[in-house]
Amino acid sequence: MAANVYHFKPWNVGRVIVWGAFALLLIVLPLLFRSNLALTMLSQMGIAIVACLSYNMLLGQGGMLSFGHAVYTGLASFIAIHALNRIGAGTLALPVSLIPLLGGFAGLVFAVVLGFVTTKKSGTPFAMITLGIGELVFAMSLMVPEFFGGEAGVSGNRMAGKPVLGISFGPQIQVYYLLAIYTFVCTAAMYAFTRTPLGRMLNAVRDNAERVEFIGYSTQRVRYLAFIAAGFFAGIAGGMYALNFEIATAEVVGAGRSGAYLLFTFLGGAVFFFGPMIGAVLMVLAGVLLSEYTKAWLLYLGLIFLFMVMYAPGGIASLIMMNLRVAAFGKLRRLWTSYLALGGCVLVMLVGAAALIEMIYHLQLDAALGPTLSFMGAELNAHRVDSWFGAVFVLLTGCGMFELTRRHFAYEWGEVQREIEKEIKRRETL
Amino acid sequence: MEFFTISMLNGLSYGLLLFMLSSGLTLIFSMMGVLNFAHASFYMVGAYVAYSIARLTGFWPGLVIAPLVVGALGALFERYCLRRVHRFGHVPELLITFGLSYVILEVVQLVWGRTAVEFQPPEVLRGPAFTLVDSSVDGLRIVFGAAPAALCASADAAVRVVCSPFPATRGFMMLVALAMLLALWLLLTRTRIGLVIQSALTHPDMVEALGHNVPRVFMLVFGAGAALAGLAGVIGGSTFVTEPAMAATVGSVIFVVVVVGGMGSLAGAFLASLLIGVVQTFAVALDYSLAGALQGLGVALSPAAAGNTLLKLTVSQVAPILPYLFLVLILIFRPKGLLGTRED
Repeated sequence: MAANVYHFKPWNVGRVIVWGAFALLLIVLPLLFRSNLALTMLSQMGIAIVACLSYNMLLGQGGMLSFGHAVYTGLASFIAIHALNRIGAGTLALPVSLIPLLGGFAGLVFAVVLGFVTTKKSGTPFAMITLGIGELVFAMSLMVPEFFGGEAGVSGNRMAGKPVLGISFGPQIQVYYLLAIYTFVCTAAMYAFTRTPLGRMLNAVRDNAERVEFIGYSTQRVRYLAFIAAGFFAGIAGGMYALNFEIATAEVVGAGRSGAYLLFTFLGGAVFFFGPMIGAVLMVLAGVLLSEYTKAWLLYLGLIFLFMVMYAPGGIASLIMMNLRVAAFGKLRRLWTSYLALGGCVLVMLVGAAALIEMIYHLQLDAALGPTLSFMGAELNAHRVDSWFGAVFVLLTGCGMFELTRRHFAYEWGEVQREIEKEIKRRETL
Repeated sequence: MEFFTISMLNGLSYGLLLFMLSSGLTLIFSMMGVLNFAHASFYMVGAYVAYSIARLTGFWPGLVIAPLVVGALGALFERYCLRRVHRFGHVPELLITFGLSYVILEVVQLVWGRTAVEFQPPEVLRGPAFTLVDSSVDGLRIVFGAAPAALCASADAAVRVVCSPFPATRGFMMLVALAMLLALWLLLTRTRIGLVIQSALTHPDMVEALGHNVPRVFMLVFGAGAALAGLAGVIGGSTFVTEPAMAATVGSVIFVVVVVGGMGSLAGAFLASLLIGVVQTFAVALDYSLAGALQGLGVALSPAAAGNTLLKLTVSQVAPILPYLFLVLILIFRPKGLLGTRED
């Protein structure tokens, strides 16, 4: 990523359009999706975008695989909730709209303290140490009920402050726009970070730490500084979380949440700046919608993740960028029929596999509800052979058709890539 | 005295169980540079597979077959998934094992349900291995098996008799772990395949040039590591609880063991496992708090200080975080681990 050399351009039209569109999207979306559910989901997406982007400062830009990122978002949430309660009690004079910023500074302080230990190492030991720190904080959270509120957590009230210009943060729409502003500013700030000398050194540390040491930089200090910056933005996400949910439980510092950040940042694509944003949107969609439809959603998620790591380690963002490259050379037209065929086969395959998985889940978990379950509008009887036979048949058909179309597609794709390479060479000689 | 002995033995047996797990993890790590995040998941699968086999044929066949099944699963995973991402670097390798741990957890819940299953040790191992009888008159005695009731009850009120049984499963756990340690050591140092493994650790290219199939050696090591985890699972599952959360409870502790012992050092893993096992077992049994200690020293506490949670925390409450505190301390004062050699 960002392999091209930096050129000074006084007015970067493309960038203005992209950021303008992002801002417009943030403004317009709640007007298009007006339901309560949509509004809370949009708010959560904003929080997740900041959290996943801050996580990607470590994973994508620094090559640091952290298993304890929820420590910084979660502890900041607790600080923010306590601050809200102080505001309500009148002992702290701070506008409610600045709570996420306060969370950010809390995250920064925690990152300064804990990051000193964790960034001593890189690579695999770093991953294990972050895991250990995460477990440490989670275990602590159940031990110190004064701060963490024990099992029930700490709740607050975001309407604690005096309304400013009629904005009390009672209605969700007001909270959404506050979070949207934070999301936009933080996204811009984190993008700006990738362009600073520190951001560039961080990439260098990721790619070749030994050489960076030779030039005279301390890789440990670069990692430490980047970790602090990531902690700051993670803390902002934590503060946003506190404002949105008005409660913080021990689960927000838990390993499950850290794992989710990692999983979805990777799914979205850690090698591109915008990848984690896709991942964040998916995280909310999966957590809210997919978990409604099926009990097996974690299994689906795990399987998708395994396939992504094996076949598309750049995540969804890299798939998009590869196709954009094909489109830029005007060759997407040759591929779209193959895409259609592939999509159809994958759909058939998924229906078969999902029917099987759902039937097994039904037998294991909902046996009391009788043997029938409704699957995509059809009634399946998990005790009858024909349902099983049908599901296996659909799955096998899908697999066979997929293999056939995949071969064709792989051939076409290789041809297109070859032509593009040739075209690039030709342009270079001009 | 009998409290100390029993706790020590319990701690040692727990530490040896941790070593059974961390030895496989260390072996895989030192060889392939892969931190197998799903190692504890293999532990869990071992317990569940053995549970299913035990229901069909009894415990002993399960003890043999379950590790083999888990080992085969591990080898297949290495062959078809891990090897594919090897060229992408270490982070994707870690990620794929992380994804596997998710999938295994869900599949286990799918097949065996979300609640704990009743995985009993065999009849022979259910009672105590021996009982320490501490009498204020006769002193300390060892009775093998369960102590007769007459021995533990004293007719005279002035004579204090305490019976502390040591469970046979724990003894069995120690026995298996020590046997495994010996077998592993012999395999690595005294056999031809062990020599190939040891040399493939440091000079994979040279070993390959000499005509050994290094990827297959990797696959075998990964499978063997998984099998060791499976064996630990059979024993751990029957001694403790067999439940979907068992991977998570032990998983992060064995990572601590590997870091504390020094990445890739088998002897370090052994030392760290025993240390953490003993420390944690003793901590769970101790009911002292900082406030109590201060009062014992004659420091008068104000009512506010006496109500302070941090001071009121007993050692047993702090026990879960001790391994992680240990990890942080080691990293600050000896970053390469107890017996580690490389500092990266």
